[in-house]
Amino acid sequence: MPPFLFIFLGALAIVSALGVIVQRNPIHSLLALIATLMTVAILFIGEDAVVVGFLQIIVYAGAIMVLFLFVIWLLNLQVETGPTGHLALKLFGSLAAALLATELFFILAPPHLRVKFTREPVGYGSLASLAGKLFTDYLVAFEVASVLLLAAVVGSVALARRLPGTDDPRAARKVAS
Amino acid sequence: MIPLTYMMSLSAIIFAIGVAGVIIRRNILVMFMSIELMLNAVNLAFIAIGSRLGSMDGQVIVFFVMTVAAAEAAVGLGIIISIFRNRETVHADDLTLMRW
Repeated sequence: MPPFLFIFLGALAIVSALGVIVQRNPIHSLLALIATLMTVAILFIGEDAVVVGFLQIIVYAGAIMVLFLFVIWLLNLQVETGPTGHLALKLFGSLAAALLATELFFILAPPHLRVKFTREPVGYGSLASLAGKLFTDYLVAFEVASVLLLAAVVGSVALARRLPGTDDPRAARKVAS
Repeated sequence: MIPLTYMMSLSAIIFAIGVAGVIIRRNILVMFMSIELMLNAVNLAFIAIGSRLGSMDGQVIVFFVMTVAAAEAAVGLGIIISIFRNRETVHADDLTLMRW
């Protein structure tokens, strides 16, 4: 990946990530999040992780974000009016985040992080190499992940289900109390 | 190839923005989106280091992180719908039942 492309994508990712937390309309936050995810996916592809990059676009920017969109529609969320929090909290939050970024930079950036650079083998990042790893070394984790997804599906249906005989939860609460 | 320092800095900045979103915003859905942002920053770090080590393990871990994120989004949004149905709010400050 040429450096100017990285700078462009990195700036885009940071700006759209900031957009997620400063927009007052949840739909706009979601759009900014989708922009961030797409940018990160392109960075993945630039780092020779082609399959994972496309999976990111399909699974994240496709499926999970549509789920968010449906929930925003379902709850009929509007633009937040009025103050969204204390000013002190915002200041504290920004300061804490800046400190965290500095700390992470010092921990993660080389030379503190000793990474032995190795040339990528042939076929690195291809579907065959990913699947080969997934179905040999990580087979148990793969099977556990399928159980996790099943449990999540059953759990989310059970959580969002309306209990029988309670059409209006407020009326039901009144009866209960 | 882009220097590792740049990739890790980008990852750290996006992660910190996600943390700031969870601290600052009071809308549960936006807090949830910030968590997705943090997961993605970690994925970026995994991919960057994995490609420099010439190892596929980072990409497999990212695959699992995506799986966990999908499960987490499904359950979390189910909880949010359930809360909204009972309390008619998505504002975190309104949910004080379990506050000490």
